[in-house]
This record gives sequence, structure tokens and C-alpha cells, in this order.
Amino acid sequence: MVYENPDGIRIGLEIHVQLNKLKTKMFCGCSSDYHNSAPNTHTCPVCLGLPGALPVLNRKAVEAAIKVGLALEGEIAEETQFHRKNYFYPDLPKGFQVTQYDYPIVSKGKVVIEGEDGEHVVGITRAHMEEDPGKLVHIGSIEKSKGVLIDYNRSGMPLIETVTEPDMRSPKEARRFLDKFRNILEYLDVFDGNLEGAMRVDANVSVYWGTRVEIKNISSHKGVERALLYEIMRQKNVIRRGGKITQETRHFDEGRGVTLSMRTKEEAEDYRYFREPDLMPMRVSDWVPGIRETLPELPDAKRSRFIEQYGITDMHARSLTSKIMLADFYEGVCAKGADPKTAATWTADVFLGELNYRDLAISSYDGETIGFIHAKDPQVENSFKVSDMVELVKLFSEGKVSDRAAVEVIRSILDGTEEKTPLQIIEEKGLFKAEDDLVTKAVSETIAENAAAVQDYLGGAEKSLNFLVGQVMKKTKGTADAKTARELIIKELKG
Amino acid sequence: MAKWMSVAQVKEKIRESSAEEVTASYLEVIEKSKINGYVAVSEKAVEQAREIDAKGHEGPLAGVPIAIKDNISVVGMQNSCGSKILEGYVPPFNAHVIEKLQEAGAVILGKTNMDEFAMGSSTETSYYGPTANPWDLERVPGGSSGGSAAVVAAGEAPFALGSDTGGSVRCPAAFCGVVGLKPTYGAVSRYGVVAYANSLEQVGPLANNVTDIAVLMDVIGGYDRRDSTSIDRKTAYQEALVDDVKGLKIGVPKEFFGEGIHQDVEKAVWDSIHRYEELGASWEEVSMPNIKYALASYYIIAMSEASSNLARFDGTRYGFRDRGENWHSMVSATRAEGFGTEVKRRILLGTYALSAGYHDKYYLKALKVRTLVKQDFDRALSKVDVLMAPTMPNPAFKKGEKIEDPLTLYLSDVNTCPINLAGVPSISVPCGFTDGLPIGLQIMGKPFDEPTVLRTAYTFEQNTDYHTKRPPEVA
Ligand SMILES: [Zn+2]
Repeated sequence: MVYENPDGIRIGLEIHVQLNKLKTKMFCGCSSDYHNSAPNTHTCPVCLGLPGALPVLNRKAVEAAIKVGLALEGEIAEETQFHRKNYFYPDLPKGFQVTQYDYPIVSKGKVVIEGEDGEHVVGITRAHMEEDPGKLVHIGSIEKSKGVLIDYNRSGMPLIETVTEPDMRSPKEARRFLDKFRNILEYLDVFDGNLEGAMRVDANVSVYWGTRVEIKNISSHKGVERALLYEIMRQKNVIRRGGKITQETRHFDEGRGVTLSMRTKEEAEDYRYFREPDLMPMRVSDWVPGIRETLPELPDAKRSRFIEQYGITDMHARSLTSKIMLADFYEGVCAKGADPKTAATWTADVFLGELNYRDLAISSYDGETIGFIHAKDPQVENSFKVSDMVELVKLFSEGKVSDRAAVEVIRSILDGTEEKTPLQIIEEKGLFKAEDDLVTKAVSETIAENAAAVQDYLGGAEKSLNFLVGQVMKKTKGTADAKTARELIIKELKG
Repeated sequence: MAKWMSVAQVKEKIRESSAEEVTASYLEVIEKSKINGYVAVSEKAVEQAREIDAKGHEGPLAGVPIAIKDNISVVGMQNSCGSKILEGYVPPFNAHVIEKLQEAGAVILGKTNMDEFAMGSSTETSYYGPTANPWDLERVPGGSSGGSAAVVAAGEAPFALGSDTGGSVRCPAAFCGVVGLKPTYGAVSRYGVVAYANSLEQVGPLANNVTDIAVLMDVIGGYDRRDSTSIDRKTAYQEALVDDVKGLKIGVPKEFFGEGIHQDVEKAVWDSIHRYEELGASWEEVSMPNIKYALASYYIIAMSEASSNLARFDGTRYGFRDRGENWHSMVSATRAEGFGTEVKRRILLGTYALSAGYHDKYYLKALKVRTLVKQDFDRALSKVDVLMAPTMPNPAFKKGEKIEDPLTLYLSDVNTCPINLAGVPSISVPCGFTDGLPIGLQIMGKPFDEPTVLRTAYTFEQNTDYHTKRPPEVA
């Protein structure tokens, strides 16, 4: 099957990613760990742009950029070259941003995503390094604000801006690309996507192979998908009414879910780029082989290995490798003797489902415990132990707990306030699978006590069987295996 | 106490009396100044000198006073760059050169006047008023480090730091009859020096003699990891001070003796070259055909970089702020009021030169010319050891004479700015007088060959007495 792309949709993305796993900022020694600090406490003359202060390129940032370039299968520049992008804005303390211009650190890469019609290649035009500006904090709402405060903690944070070819053919593909891209960056350990402002996306989109429109500064993957869906609809409607799409930049209003015009091409700014005279080119071509050696196993490779090594399905492998910490957690569980296939089901299907239900995002893994934070409120933390999953998988594999009971255990651990092992929870709640004779006894009792339902069932009412199974479960306090109970009732009544 | 002392004499004086006394005596001279060389005098100078006395005069410059151009950051002292827009801005960090001076035990006397943001050759564009030339108070001291040169010439400091973007150390050195060095690009850290044109400028010393220049270079020169353009390379400056030019090959680029040169200046420079010949050197004419494009290239590059460097002065974080209804109008008002005419002119021209549609025509072309000028220097200096030429084509002009005519003023940088394009070292030494006004001889060398440049200058000084002459008006 080949995807026809009936509306001629082309989507390209520009993704700004903060290399927030680096210890220091891009051109100064300020700590990049500012997310929980008071405003303007992670600053120095350099990132405040004080007169006379000079930038010194952080080699680690360059290494991280090269890592990203290699993971995107791109070409790495021979040397670093920086330019000044000149414009006035209060968050920009120097009146220019140091960025890369016509010689980016990475060019011509690619990312393979699961597209509308199977594997789909998205070309990477380039990826370049630049510094983040500070942050404006409006007193009150933007519209009614009496004043603006500036926090320069973010100023000078290392960013990588990645520009894709317009290779995505639907908002879904754009979303998939972003998920995959974020996943790769987390595998490289250069980026923590859970931190505020870690990833900002500009999307450009055109319909019927026509004029492209840019949507600026979207802060979430979901937002990108929504913005694109809206914008495609808008463009199609304009054309349907006989109008023309003009090249312009639009802003996505997250709250209302609509895009609004910001400026047209004629108003485009002139940034007066020129080479940053305070930074000498840094030769990096010799670094590349060494950095290539340190590259970790990337998502696609890990997925293939999981399928082969653990004998799990492609769907499970895809799900487990969609987050490096989850993949590591799964391997930790397997390493401690849990059956890989059972562990895959319980981790990828049940456990992950329960996390999503609770809006929990995986945020850490230390070899023993996987940690999460609430997607909307990072202060809310939670965790789950490898040993707990191992124990649970074992109990289930040995037939000591029913699947319903196992789900109950996972929920108890995620929602519980006290630290308890699965075994403790099972004992406390009496979740052990009932012995077979107990179930048999409950079946006989149920049949004896519910003559009407038995008659209905024998008369052809299948629904009554469900009622009887329910009664058995009730009598065994849910410890019976529902399937076994059902089979026993049928056997008893129909021989 | 003698007003004009070498560093060695100052150190002897300190041994005889104390650093405190020496500092106090300079402050007394400054107090009676007629030249407006200082924008601010340090209130901590005496206290610093006293501390150094208490510590027992450690360090090569223990207790020796120095004047600092007002674009070099000193903790606790306003760094105005001669501009209203930096009124009240006190840097929280020291420039690298200040750290080095303090480690060496130097006492900072004060901050010296300059053309606003170093944009000028006369120190007339300063918000703090013009500085007078000690040799003729009606005349300019040159610029942009005019304050630093004038206070050294007037005996208000034994030596001083300036900065040289297109001649800003050498021009005032020539006009005020003192010695001034523009080191090789990368020889001295620019960390903490407010940028006018980053790719061109260097901090440079000004003094009454070549020896003191070398003394200062031994302190401020060297690698600093905070300046990415700083070069990791050791140079022993004082060791180069040998009275010997036998076998030295001098190149004389005829392009530096162009139209409009004052005949006494031309004569003084040729007399100097002949003096070198008597001392055992030889000279030949060399050709540097691209020098004629250097001035245009220099101004385009300097203004372009400046237009970006000065963007940070928006009234948001520090310095002068005017009122406005919103941020943009506040910034416009602040910059309209805070910058002087010449600075605005250069920002506008630089912005223009970098703009889409003009970028290739002006900025890129200027960069190409810069490469050609560099090649001219490479070629010339492959045949000879040093190049000699007048520092300035004319002696100091009258205040107000050129300030209304920027093009004429720009032309006065014709012999100094090519050196900044090439990044080579160049020194200006006193080599004569015309109508009581000093004339400067410019000696240029290969990159990082300051030793040869200094030796050449030192030998001249040992065999002439121009550097011993003092301006009568301030005596
Ligand atoms: Zn910083």
C-alpha cells in the first residue's frame, strides 16, 4: 500500500531543543540546572551580555551536537562557525543571538518513522547550535500585564535547532516524527524532555503542493498535531472559497486551538547575519570517530535486538523502546529472571497503560527504580521498582495470581502511599488465586443457589452464564480465574 | 617630585618614600590638570597604595600608578566608554588586563577620557567633553585613547592603558609625543574591554619610553582562556630591549606617504630612517598596492561590528534609561538620547552595510579587501624585518577643526588602520617636532614579533632624545 497524499500536504518542522543535560551553558560556566532556582541566579557577565564579556564555546555542547548529528545519520562539519543574528528584544541581552548560519554543524541527515504507509523517511536538512535567550515573565496575563520581568537564567542555554525537509504528509506523521526525534535525543542522554521549555517547534505546512505557511513556537507534540490539523483545514477552506494562501507566519493559540496571522513575508525581518568575531572556528573533524564510538544503541537497533533476544512481538518491542528509561527498566526486569514475554506484556501493555491513565511521564531510572512525574505538575513524583515487577511477573507466571489481581497490584503500588511489595499487597487484599477445589465448590454452590439463572442459561440465554461466572467470582472474592470458572460451570451444566 | 618619571624611577621613589606618597603626588598633579584627561579619579587609589606598602611591595609593578582608558572594566569604577548611555554603569568584574595589573601590584589612578565608544581620532566625541593636547591646549590629543596619551604626556601618570581599533593608541601617542603600542591581535586578552570592533582591536600600553611599554606588556600580555581570540604563546618583551639594529632590514611602504602628508612629518620620518641606517640597518622601498583600499574596508568592518556590539545598550539592564510608553519606545528614546552623533552615524552605516541587499556589496567586499591587505603585509614582511612610516600624516589639529567633517576625520586613520586589518604589531615613537607639535614614527612588524619591533624602537630611543622632551604648557 502506498499513501497517495490526496490533499498534497507537505509538512516540515524546525525543532529547538535545549541540551539541558549538559552541566553548563553554551558560552559560559553558569550551571544549566536552573529550573527550580530563583530568577537571575544562574547568570554571569557573559550570559547577561555585560559590556566586555566574551563567549567561550562549551566543547561538551559541540560534542552533544555532533552526537545528535551522527544519530540523525547526518554529515558533520569540519569546524564550528558561528554567526550573529541581530534583533532587538528584551530577552536578548546582547541585542543579537549567537547562532550558526551557512555552515551548520550537521547537514543532510534522516529519521525513519512509521508513516501512513509503513516505514517513511524524513530528511533532515540541517541541525545547528545556538544560544537560548532569556525568558519574559508577564505580571498577570499577557493582555492585561502592567509590566514584564526578565529572567536570564535561561539565557545562553545551548540549543540545537533541527530543520527537516517538508517530508511529512499528515499531522500524524509530524507527531510521530517528533516522538521519534525526542526518543533519539533521550537515548543520547543530551536532553530531558520533561523540563519546561525543553522543546519548541515551528511547523510549516502547505496543501495541494502550494504555498507554505509557518506556525511559530508550539510547545508540545500534541499541540503540533492540533495546530497542523487546524491549519490544514483553514488552508483547504480558503482554497475552496476561491482564495489564495499567502506566505506568512502564524501563531498557534493553544487555548482556542486556532492559528492566527503574525506577519507576512513582506514584513520579514532582516537579521544582518555576520560571523561572530569573538569566536574562532573550532576544528571538530578529528572528534567525530571518537564520538561515533561512544554512541549508544539507538531506538531502531534496540527494537530489533529486543525482538531477537527476548522473542517478543514487534509491537511490544516498539512500545518498550519508545523511551530509553522504559527499555532499561524492562531489561532490568528480564535480567532478574522474569520471563521476558510475560514481562513485555505486563510492562508494555498494563504498566504503561496505567502510567498514561495517570498522566505520569517517565523521568528517571537508576537500575532499581523507575521514576515518573506528573505531566502537568512536575512536583508530583512517583516510582516503581524493578524487583516489584520481577516478583509480580513471577507470581503470575506461576499461576499464583489472576491477571485481574496482577493489575490490581500494579494499581495499588502506583496509587499507594506506603511502600509495599506485590506479595504484601496480595496477602493483605487476599488476592491469591483460589485453589481449584475452592472454585469447584463455589461453582456447585452457585448452581444450587441460582436455579432460575441456570434454567435461563440452559434455555439458551448466554447472558445468564456471565451472571453465574460473576457469582463465582464474588464467592471467591475475585481470586478465581474467570476463564476457569466459566469452563467449570459449562462442564457442570452441559457435561 | 619629578613629574615625568619612568617606571624604574617610580619604583625607586617608592623604595625611598612609599607607594602611598607616590600615588598621592600623582593625584596632586591630576588635581591641577588643565587637560581633562581623566573622566574619573579612583577614590581607592591611596588606600590601595597603602595596602601595597603594608604588604611589602611584591610584584613587578608594586605601587606603580597607572591610568586606564574608560572602556576597560574595573570593579567598582564606572565604565562609561565616554558615553552618556553608560552613565552609572559599574562593572561587577575586572578586565583580564586589570586582573594582571592588580596581581603585579599596580595602583589604578583613574579612568581616562576617550572618544565615545572609541569612535574617533580626537577625543572630542566624549560625553565628558574634549581632552586637550598637553603640547597645545587648543589642539586635540588624538584618539580615541586621547585621555590615556595626554595624561602620560602631561605627567599625570607614568603610563596608561588604551585600546587600538584603527589607531586609537598610536594616533594619540603620536599627537602627544609618547610611545604607544598596538600588540598583535591575540597577544592581549580583550576580556572586559568594551568592544567597538572585536576583530580589529587590542589593548595597548602608552608610556614615556619604550622600556615601560615592554614592562607593561610583560604584565598584561599572554593567554586568557576567556578570550577565544587570545593566542597561547609566550613572549619575553623586556628581553627584547637591546640597543642594536645592525643588519636590520627596514621596509618603507611608499603608500604610507600619500597625498596630504605634512612635509615636516615626511622629513622627520625619513630622517629617522636615515638615522637607523647610520646605526647599521638597511632600508628598501616596498610596495603594498592594496593599502589604498584599507581605510574603506576598515570603516565598513568596524562600523558593521559596532552596529551589533552596541545593540546591547538599550536601557533595559544598566546605564542610562529614557522614558517610553513601551519597551520599544523606551529603547528608541534611550538610544536617541544616550548616544552621540558620531556613534549614531557609525551604527547606522554599519547597519546599512550588513543589510540584506548591501551585505555582499559592502561587508563581504570589505572582508575580501582585508584579506588582500593582510597579503600585502605578509609579502612585505617576508622581505624585511620591520616596516616604517609616519603614524599620522599630520600633527595634532585644532579642536573643532575636523569634528564637523567626519570624512576628513576618518582620513586621518589612513596610516594606522591597515595594521588592524592585518593584525600585526605596530608601535609609535616620538621622532621629531613641527611648530612645537610632536611627530610619531610608526614601526610595524610580523605577527607576534613584538621583540623585533620593540628592539627597533628601543634602539632609536637610545640614540635620540625626542622622548625626553616635555610639553612646556603643563610643565
Ligand atoms: Zn553565565
